[in-house]
Amino acid sequence: MAKKYLSGNEAFAEGIRLAKPHVISAYPITPQTIVVERLSEMVEDGSLKSEFIHVESEHSALSCAIGASSVGARAFTATSSQGLLYMAECLTYASGGRYPIVMMNANRSTALPWNIYGDQRDSISQLDSGWIQAYAENAQESLDLALMSYYIAEKPDVLTPYMANLDGFVLTHTYETVDVPTHEQADEFLPPYETTNKLDLDNPQNAGFSAGPEYNYIFKQKEHEGMLNAFAAIDEAEEKFAKIFGRKYTGPIEEYKTEDADYIIITLGSIAGLCKKTADELREKGIKAGVLRIRYLRPFPSEKIAKAVENAKAVAVLEKDISFGNEGTVYSNVNSALLKYGAFVKSYNFVGGLGGKNISEEDIENIYLSLSDDKDIDFVNFI
Amino acid sequence: MKEIIWIGRGGQGAFTAAKLFGAAYTENGDDAYSLSFPSFGPERRGAPVRAFTKLDNKRVSDRSQTEKADYVVILDETLYNDSIREHLKENGTLIINSSSEYENAISFDGSALAKNLRLPVVNTVMAGYLTKFCDLVSVDELKTAIEKYMPERIREKNKNAVQEAAQ
Repeated sequence: MAKKYLSGNEAFAEGIRLAKPHVISAYPITPQTIVVERLSEMVEDGSLKSEFIHVESEHSALSCAIGASSVGARAFTATSSQGLLYMAECLTYASGGRYPIVMMNANRSTALPWNIYGDQRDSISQLDSGWIQAYAENAQESLDLALMSYYIAEKPDVLTPYMANLDGFVLTHTYETVDVPTHEQADEFLPPYETTNKLDLDNPQNAGFSAGPEYNYIFKQKEHEGMLNAFAAIDEAEEKFAKIFGRKYTGPIEEYKTEDADYIIITLGSIAGLCKKTADELREKGIKAGVLRIRYLRPFPSEKIAKAVENAKAVAVLEKDISFGNEGTVYSNVNSALLKYGAFVKSYNFVGGLGGKNISEEDIENIYLSLSDDKDIDFVNFI
Repeated sequence: MKEIIWIGRGGQGAFTAAKLFGAAYTENGDDAYSLSFPSFGPERRGAPVRAFTKLDNKRVSDRSQTEKADYVVILDETLYNDSIREHLKENGTLIINSSSEYENAISFDGSALAKNLRLPVVNTVMAGYLTKFCDLVSVDELKTAIEKYMPERIREKNKNAVQEAAQ
């Protein structure tokens, strides 16, 4: 392993180089651009032997990746914001066709007003498209997700495309030290992609098929089961990853001092780091604060979340998303989990970071303090 | 945690200085962590830009832009105004690339040195000069960072710049 000073985008590109996709097709968009630039440089200098396809749009980028995956190739694409929305039509083609494509999405606000800064409204709007959704906290996890993503997506009982989300700018453009594994280690971890789900001259079969009411629901049920199978694949990937690379991840959620916590912030992405720091500081003042970081929003770890917070007095869901006319979508998902598993904990929603608005330590401290306060707070709060 | 704000114009390499300084600090060992990042948003040549370096002996978890810094380094004198001092911590140090004197600030004529060394920008000169005041990063560590993260054709020139500025 070599220590390198990399941004989130660059770390992800290093991870993709180690995963050796056969085909990369992407269209640049801020703040994703750097990952595509680095990969094209790697192809140019020969350190990555991929077919790099320059396309004219995001719709084509994902269509290209689907084409590649349909002949059994490992495919990669990356996008952000309006780019993700533009490829939305293709998202369900990829998931319905059970093509284990990996996409990096640099989380960014959606227009209008036009804004290139980070929030999570782009990926969260696509939760129902049938893609696994992971959220990284830092550059190291970005690289590691790039490598683990193919392992998980390509498992024969999963065969589901994988979207790895990096917070725009605060993660994609921020440099920190990252351990970059060797190719030997990466090869030991990630087996080559082999599948029967491909167009094959020796074994001809249909692709891009139609299915009427009689059979359609069976395909959808299978998709649902494949996605749920990802839970076991995530655990298996992380265990093998820890053996080879010495870094152990904690499955679809990460718990930070939740065990005895009275007040827990449930969040996702890079803001979790500051939440943990704030929780530490509040504990010094005698407030038992904890953090639950959701690493995977799909498949959604309902039971794990409910168990982790069931003894808390109150929880806050802090997310960079709002479903207009309702509440933050992560909050809806969390509340459903709490109800299903009988964790009757008061929960509140804090919508922050929209359009790149800074979430400060003081903001986070105020969330904890409002939970510990007996005062009435609204269910949905904008910060 | 020590924090540095670099102030320059797009194209002057303020972010490169921030990144090299952050990378140099991590040469200190396994418990040396840093974050460095530009002011986020669209990039425009000539427009005022800021860059940030955060150095600590544990993982830096606050990814937000620095409001109060231990050091503020101004690469372009025309960007100086008194309100910049609000971004200094108590006992913080303000360094200005200038041939004129400023009250309660350190002036260093980085442009003159860069011109002598035939460098088009002053970023590595100012980073080298900062090592005189910020003992968290040495000249050698800064040179190592240049070796690792600058394109080969400009490495020697910039290592030389760092050395000269730190004299």
